[in-house]
Amino acid sequence: MKENAVHDLFEEEEDTQKGKFLTFALGNESYGIEILYVTEIVGIQPITEVPELPEYIKGIINLRGKIIPVMDVRLRFKKSPFDYNDRTCIIVVDIQEISIGMIVDTVAEVLSIPEQEIVPPPDINKSGKKYIKGIGKTGSDVTLILDCEKLLDEEEVEALIKFDN
Amino acid sequence: MPGKYSNEPMLEMYIFETSQLLEQLEHAIIICEKVNNYSIDAINEIFRFMHTIKGSSAMMLFNEIGSLAHAIEDLFYYLREQKPESVDCSTLSDLVLEGVDFIKIELEKIKAADTPDGDPQKLNDKIKAFLSLLKSGNPSEVELVRPVSNKQQQYYISPDKKADEIRQNRFRATIKFNDGCEMENIRAYTVIHSLIDTANEVFYIPEDISENEDSVLWIRENGFEIYFATEENYEEMNRFFMQTVFLKSLDLVQLENDDEFQQFNKPKKSVIENNNEIKMPQIERAINKEQTIKEMAGASNQVIISVNVDKLDKLMDLVGEMVIAEAMVTQNPEVKNLELENFHKAARQLHKITGELQDMVMSIRMVPLSTTFLKMQRIMRDMCKKLNKEVRLEVVGEETEVDKNIIENISDPLMHLIRNAIDHGIEENDERVNKGKERVGKVTLEAKNSGSDVLVIIKDDGKGLKKERILNKARENGLLEKNENEMSDREIYNLILLPGFSTKESVTEFSGRGVGMDVVTKNIEAVGGSVTVDSVEEVGTTITLKIPLTLAIIDGMNIRVGNSRYTIPIITIKESFRPKKSEVITDPDENEMIMVRGQCYPILRLHKHYKVATKITELTDGILIMVEQDDKTCCIFADELIGQQQVVVKALPAYIKKTKSIDGLGGCTLLGDGSISLILDIGGLTNRLT
Repeated sequence: MKENAVHDLFEEEEDTQKGKFLTFALGNESYGIEILYVTEIVGIQPITEVPELPEYIKGIINLRGKIIPVMDVRLRFKKSPFDYNDRTCIIVVDIQEISIGMIVDTVAEVLSIPEQEIVPPPDINKSGKKYIKGIGKTGSDVTLILDCEKLLDEEEVEALIKFDN
Repeated sequence: MPGKYSNEPMLEMYIFETSQLLEQLEHAIIICEKVNNYSIDAINEIFRFMHTIKGSSAMMLFNEIGSLAHAIEDLFYYLREQKPESVDCSTLSDLVLEGVDFIKIELEKIKAADTPDGDPQKLNDKIKAFLSLLKSGNPSEVELVRPVSNKQQQYYISPDKKADEIRQNRFRATIKFNDGCEMENIRAYTVIHSLIDTANEVFYIPEDISENEDSVLWIRENGFEIYFATEENYEEMNRFFMQTVFLKSLDLVQLENDDEFQQFNKPKKSVIENNNEIKMPQIERAINKEQTIKEMAGASNQVIISVNVDKLDKLMDLVGEMVIAEAMVTQNPEVKNLELENFHKAARQLHKITGELQDMVMSIRMVPLSTTFLKMQRIMRDMCKKLNKEVRLEVVGEETEVDKNIIENISDPLMHLIRNAIDHGIEENDERVNKGKERVGKVTLEAKNSGSDVLVIIKDDGKGLKKERILNKARENGLLEKNENEMSDREIYNLILLPGFSTKESVTEFSGRGVGMDVVTKNIEAVGGSVTVDSVEEVGTTITLKIPLTLAIIDGMNIRVGNSRYTIPIITIKESFRPKKSEVITDPDENEMIMVRGQCYPILRLHKHYKVATKITELTDGILIMVEQDDKTCCIFADELIGQQQVVVKALPAYIKKTKSIDGLGGCTLLGDGSISLILDIGGLTNRLT
């Protein structure tokens, strides 16, 4: 009985997380990530640079004793860098047991986007499409929904390093 | 490891306790065997260990373990009581150790949530045979008589239920427990305990179930007889008794008259009014015994509690956080410019305490290697017996402390290496004498700190490695990548670490399948360490495991380059100095070098190496730190020294390690103010230069 109740609670929780996206801004675009990946949002912190890493991995931060890497999402998407200010946020996400901080311009809000409002991204070019899982429509705005797992894909990263060199 | 197996706390406790007892037991036996004599103290100790294991196993319903422990206990009971003069020590040790192994295997099964299904029957028989052999070999003057329980009765009458005695049904129940369920008295006690809730008057035979351990025998023989009065009817009571664990037979009779009851009621003296007085002294006694053992063993047995490692990690993070919070308060810009004498006093006090707290928490995770080394003693002993070699194990530096995670990872490799040393390395005793060596072989197991590493060295004085044979073998298996003439001795020896390499032609029980060494390498590399082999033919082989302190504490020197901070393990630092321009030499390839006391050392500019922006680029403005590791020396150029500090080495985040392995970085650490410093791996840096 009790276990069932707990189980139900879990399911409920999962349900409440489903279809919800944390949206953030990078320049003019609005991006969203599934809320279940997000652990917390912190302001910009002093970042310790780690040498010999791709440019978009800014370094590591100390998050209450836990050391996590931070990635500048702007640089990751080859956008022009942007000076950090007090609206700059680090979204800490937990993807397949790996914690990583994503530096974004601003965090907007948590949006519910029903499944039927999400359309697959158009086939414009191969390289740009990969990180975008879908495009969500909310009223007149669009939110690009990020595929977090692809964002951390090892091969992807290696390929990028080679490309950089 | 805890947390992986069943969440049932009783079971966890049982596993923890039993494995600890087994460890102590093993240790005791090995010591006894060394002196070839079982002292009275040791016999008592082993008896008690076995008794405790028997008791707790029976409670947890692991009957196989229980019965084995019981058999060993019987054996030692005999030894304790009769003190036979001639005891075959080595057979005895073999037997007990075999028993220990059996229990260990069963424990592993329990941990893995399997049913412990091993059958100790064979072993039990062996032990019994040995016991009867002992008995016949040492005819005892005194016939062993286990005291038989006296039959006095004892009653329980719940005072508040006395009033309506008349309407009660009276019963007599005789309970027999399954054979071999052990601890019958305690099971009987449980029955009584639950019966008191429903019954008003309870009498039972034997009455001293809780005080007298020998009541077990009585119950086993005659069953447990209970007289009681209750308002419940026959069916109810029958159902009640049928629930009893390990019930073999139940004989429940409703009594027509009070006669049988009256016999208990005459000696009125022993009406027990308080349920609390019912004790479970056997358990208590076991605890007492344990305490006595602890007292007897004195300083060698520390009082230890087991804590989940996750909790420790959490604690460490919290303390780290507190240190940062402390810095945020005491160095707050808002109070910095104020003259607050008392505040600063209090702040200093706080700083001191947090510092101590941090040190303490860090040291908690560290475990001495001694337990692991102890295990090796056991392996050594078994091997020597099987192979008929006499080998002495010398242990040095077992107090060296290593992070718990590492201990778990090096146990297996060490085992392989010790086996290899005895099986392949050490010659037969006669052969040794012919060679003019000491008859008894020697294996040294040594641990020591070396910079940011712990070195575990396994050294034997056996026949050493034969280069020619290694090369031949490598050629056969196509393992040679270099021209063999160009290979250094060390490179040749290290060939044996490659997978699929075994020079031993015959496969023995212990080694020779060619899997050992590459498993060693793999395991050690898994914790980021390395293995090196050194050998001199006919003198011996030395295998060195270099294990990094992934989470260990090191003394570090913090340095600054631009805005970045780095930590150099103090032990690698030889000196630091500000260079004079005249001492610096630049070769045509733009490599800088410095002359110190007639020796020339390469200079490594950290800001260039890691592309860090800094204003200080003139060698004369900064500082040079001379570091040495693995016989390679270089001078690291940094902006300035910040200071010396004990730091906890934390691994770089997995994501970064996955992305790229960075040369010369051993990890990172948190500084007192919460900022992160990167720990330099001097070995990696110096290797890059040469």
